Amino acid sequence: MEKKILKDDTDRVDGILKVTGQAKYFAEYELPGLTYGVLVTSTITKGKITGLDTRAAENAPGVIAVVSHLNKPSAAAYEQEGGPQMKIFYTDKIFYNGQPIAIVVANTFERATYAASLVKATYAKEEFNTDFAKALKDPKAKKLQGQADYKRGIENAYKTAEVKLEERYFLPIETHNPMELHGIIADWRPNNQVTVYAKTQGVKATQGTIANVFKIPMENIQVNSEFVGGGFGMALRTWPLEIATVMASKHIGKPVKVVITRMQMFTMVGNRPAAIQTIGLGADKDGKLTGITHRAYGETSTYENFTEGVVNMAKFMYQCDNVNTSYAIVPVDLGVPIWMRGPGEATGAFALESAIDEMAHALDMDPLDFRIKNDPETDQQKNKPFSSKNIKEAYKIGAEKIGWSNRKNKPGSLVEGPWQTGYGVSVGVFNANRGKASVKGVLKADGSLLLQSATSDIGPGTGTGMTLIANKLMKIPVNKITFELGDSSLPPAPSQGGSATLSTVGSAVNDVCVALKSAIAELAANSNMDATANFVEVLKKNNLPAIEVTKESQSGKEKDNYSMYSFSIHFVQVKVHALTGVVKVSKIVSVGDSGTIVSPKTARSQMLGGAVGGIGMALTEESIIDHRYGRYINNNFADYHVPVSADVPEIDVNFINKPDPYINPMGAKGMGEIALIGFSAAVANAVFNATGKRIRTLPITPDKVLA
Amino acid sequence: MINFQYLRTTSVKSAIALLLKDKNAKFLAGGTNLIDLMKRGVTAPEKLIDINHVPLKQIEQIGNKIHIGALATNTAVADHALIKEKLPLLSWALQAGASAQLRNVATVGGNMMQRTRCGYFYDTEMPCNKRQPGTGCGAMEGFNRMHAIFGTSEKCIAVHPSDMCVALTALDAEVVLANGKGERKIAFKDFHRLAGDTPQLDNNLKADEMIIRVEIPVNNLAKNYHYLKVRDRASYAFALVSVAAAFELNNNKITDIRLAMGGVAHKPWRLTASENFLKGKEATLSNFEKAAELAMTGAKGFGENNFKLKLAPNTIIEALNLAKSKA
Ligand SMILES: Cc1cc2nc3c(=O)[nH]c(=O)nc-3n(C[C@H](O)[C@H](O)[C@H](O)COP(=O)(O)OP(=O)(O)OC[C@H]3O[C@@H](n4cnc5c(N)ncnc54)[C@H](O)[C@@H]3O)c2cc1C
Ligand code: SF4
Repeated sequence: MEKKILKDDTDRVDGILKVTGQAKYFAEYELPGLTYGVLVTSTITKGKITGLDTRAAENAPGVIAVVSHLNKPSAAAYEQEGGPQMKIFYTDKIFYNGQPIAIVVANTFERATYAASLVKATYAKEEFNTDFAKALKDPKAKKLQGQADYKRGIENAYKTAEVKLEERYFLPIETHNPMELHGIIADWRPNNQVTVYAKTQGVKATQGTIANVFKIPMENIQVNSEFVGGGFGMALRTWPLEIATVMASKHIGKPVKVVITRMQMFTMVGNRPAAIQTIGLGADKDGKLTGITHRAYGETSTYENFTEGVVNMAKFMYQCDNVNTSYAIVPVDLGVPIWMRGPGEATGAFALESAIDEMAHALDMDPLDFRIKNDPETDQQKNKPFSSKNIKEAYKIGAEKIGWSNRKNKPGSLVEGPWQTGYGVSVGVFNANRGKASVKGVLKADGSLLLQSATSDIGPGTGTGMTLIANKLMKIPVNKITFELGDSSLPPAPSQGGSATLSTVGSAVNDVCVALKSAIAELAANSNMDATANFVEVLKKNNLPAIEVTKESQSGKEKDNYSMYSFSIHFVQVKVHALTGVVKVSKIVSVGDSGTIVSPKTARSQMLGGAVGGIGMALTEESIIDHRYGRYINNNFADYHVPVSADVPEIDVNFINKPDPYINPMGAKGMGEIALIGFSAAVANAVFNATGKRIRTLPITPDKVLA
Repeated sequence: MINFQYLRTTSVKSAIALLLKDKNAKFLAGGTNLIDLMKRGVTAPEKLIDINHVPLKQIEQIGNKIHIGALATNTAVADHALIKEKLPLLSWALQAGASAQLRNVATVGGNMMQRTRCGYFYDTEMPCNKRQPGTGCGAMEGFNRMHAIFGTSEKCIAVHPSDMCVALTALDAEVVLANGKGERKIAFKDFHRLAGDTPQLDNNLKADEMIIRVEIPVNNLAKNYHYLKVRDRASYAFALVSVAAAFELNNNKITDIRLAMGGVAHKPWRLTASENFLKGKEATLSNFEKAAELAMTGAKGFGENNFKLKLAPNTIIEALNLAKSKA
């Protein structure tokens, strides 16, 4: 049966492939002569490799090669001075515990695993520090500016305000932990032809990195990544382990597959960095904000700097004439962090949105009223109007659905036996991005449309969104539209990150469809057909099996004239057990204000995932390191707690669904990040409302509630 | 390769004979703990004796005792009508453990024998007296949030992670062990050990012995009972503290009572002093509070687990409250 045209509860277009196991993920490709690589990792935290005994490994059954700094094949860029410090296999330096130092390749995974255990390294150890809080206190430890200081009006105006507060907020390291383990299959063939099957959020980025490192032409490299089993940001770069695999393939002249272990997921593919933030807020007695100060410190590595937008939100989210921010990064001896869903904004929102709640409490105001009172009409930072913003409407919808009127402003008022009930709210905001992308469209006489772009889908449902954009414009049924992605030979598109894919690639799909329609109209006119004639008839009449168009699309001037953001409001109800300190999120209402909702089902899924990730950030997730050894203690799924089904109540997802007039032709703004940003503060605020306890260190585990 | 021999046996006798032949052999039941430990390099048995085909899956009442075979799965026990009716505390405790998938294969014997979840024990690059005696205890001054507050030793502060065993300790179970010479029976509460000077030993099972069943006396504790497990997420997490509570009430007077705690010691921790205090008393909050206080005698925190000094008595009180309100 054909799908209805313009039906807007369309299922994920690749859903059936996924649930029936037909979707092929990188590790599932069987290449002829495939070999298996396993990484050997450092067991010290800092120092130098003084010796690497690989003989036993090399002599073990099935072993083809052991590649390390002693025998690596040429990676032209790493032979030059400068560039990154972490040049895998081009350095004998150890920057962190768990750093890959060699790769063992064998004819089976098990043999490679065993042989890897036989590689013995000796080291010259150096003193190290993996403790970010300790580094922050140490006047001798390096602190680098992470973002230019920002000042509007009077600096630290909160200090002289009628009502003021200054508080510190702590976020531990979190680890992305998508279900699919990271890795790559690399096949380096004669004449420097390279094919890889990757887990990546950007096939073009992976292609570019390999080209840069080995100094071979982009055209020589084919990157495939059709299906990705979750990324949350960790697949936004090509990691040393991937370069190591390409090197190994180059070295042995055979395809090599590496799939890292769950434990290695904590040390090889980044984390959300720990952060310590101070917020100062000042207000007058009527509840008008008079000063916002946001100072943040984020963790980074010693060999590479990592920064993110921790203090962005403070600059424009609330009407306030006096705002100043600073953000510094502090290197420690750990692997370099990477953006994790909601990235720095989620970190910053936890602090800012907790502090806003604290201020409302200090003023004895309803935190929702306090936010509404300080809601800005224009963006004071950029001095521009917002392209669209429906926050007040979103507050209203959310408040009604959660039953905000049941909330008592006095904490600890709602008690039923040992359970205390509380309500919390928080805002999330993220740049509504639009980049540059190309899409090719092939409109065929058989009534189908093929769209292609080298974008990715780490799970949000890229293909579904693109299909629906085309479906709306072309009136072609969904099942006659195919969107191909995850292939570096397709027209270029940016990596999937920063909630930009639908906006960026979708615009190119839009442009392609518009161009195809006018081409058909032109053909129709030239062949004396009615302007409304179906494209199939037009193509047939013209004896054309197909027509094709490729379009590059990017934003125009509107980008400079407006401040563009996506917004979300998270309302939660929690129940806190007075005796055991257990916190249960009992109700969630999230409202997204991100322009037109192109694909309601997958958009809703984004919000669901954001809420689940938000519960994790708020209540359970923390990557724990023993700083005496620089090693993770809970690097597995039994001990690193992501929320389980029993932690997740029903999630009521709502969208404003009003087009943004400026962002792009669809009027759609991104929403992957806002689904998570702010959520953890809503929980912390609800816990306060339930108990009167303000917890400023995540995650909010029973011990902290009882303390 | 770290090779091992895989052997399969179908009788207790042959299982023990195989064990006697080889010091470095281990029984394989559900494998949910043993295989993980092998993968992590914590243990490397040369022989795995698969005992899953030994007929020890019985769940039955014989006289006034309920017998549960060592190879009955956690799910089979938890869902069994006899257990739900007569030993609901055990059923609840089992349900609180691990995940449905794990419980489907994990066995009673394996559950008793499961090793601690201490992170240092699992990481062969770290010091751990339990894994490698003499290397030191990584947790003592390290990450010890999950660790013991009772009966600790200078050598090891690990906890036994089982939920099932807490209930079995409370229920006065006995363990039947088979060896080359025959069988012996010991009280369940004496099966596990404190760490003392030998943290490498979790229990008193001898090298040539096999757990064949547990026996639990039928009781009058199926009305007012509760297994309360406090953990970092609602399911699939080990206990920070858990309490098995069951009592018999006559006119609001406690005539029989069992209390045991998990997540606080190297073995399931029976709260005898609290039981003795509550016996014959009214089931009131103030009595519960007094009992909880008594339970804490000798408790000691190690830093990150200090919160258990507060959480443990609170959990006892709440478990008793819930047990009281159950009927
Ligand atoms: C992620 C995860 C979470 C978990 N969460 C919990 C939890 O919350 N609560 C909880 O209680 N448990 C939990 N568990 C532990 C689980 O209950 C145990 O792994 C399981 O009970 C072990 O049983 P098994 O049959 O699989 O044992 P196996 O792994 O087969 O064996 C374990 C040990 O027991 C020995 N053994 C087995 N049977 C006998 C016998 N009859 N006689 C003598 N020795 C024997 C084996 O030789 C081996 O040394 C969890 C486990 C995992 C992996
Ligand atoms: S507590 Fe016990 S198991 Fe943990 S590190 Fe110390 S000795 Fe090892």
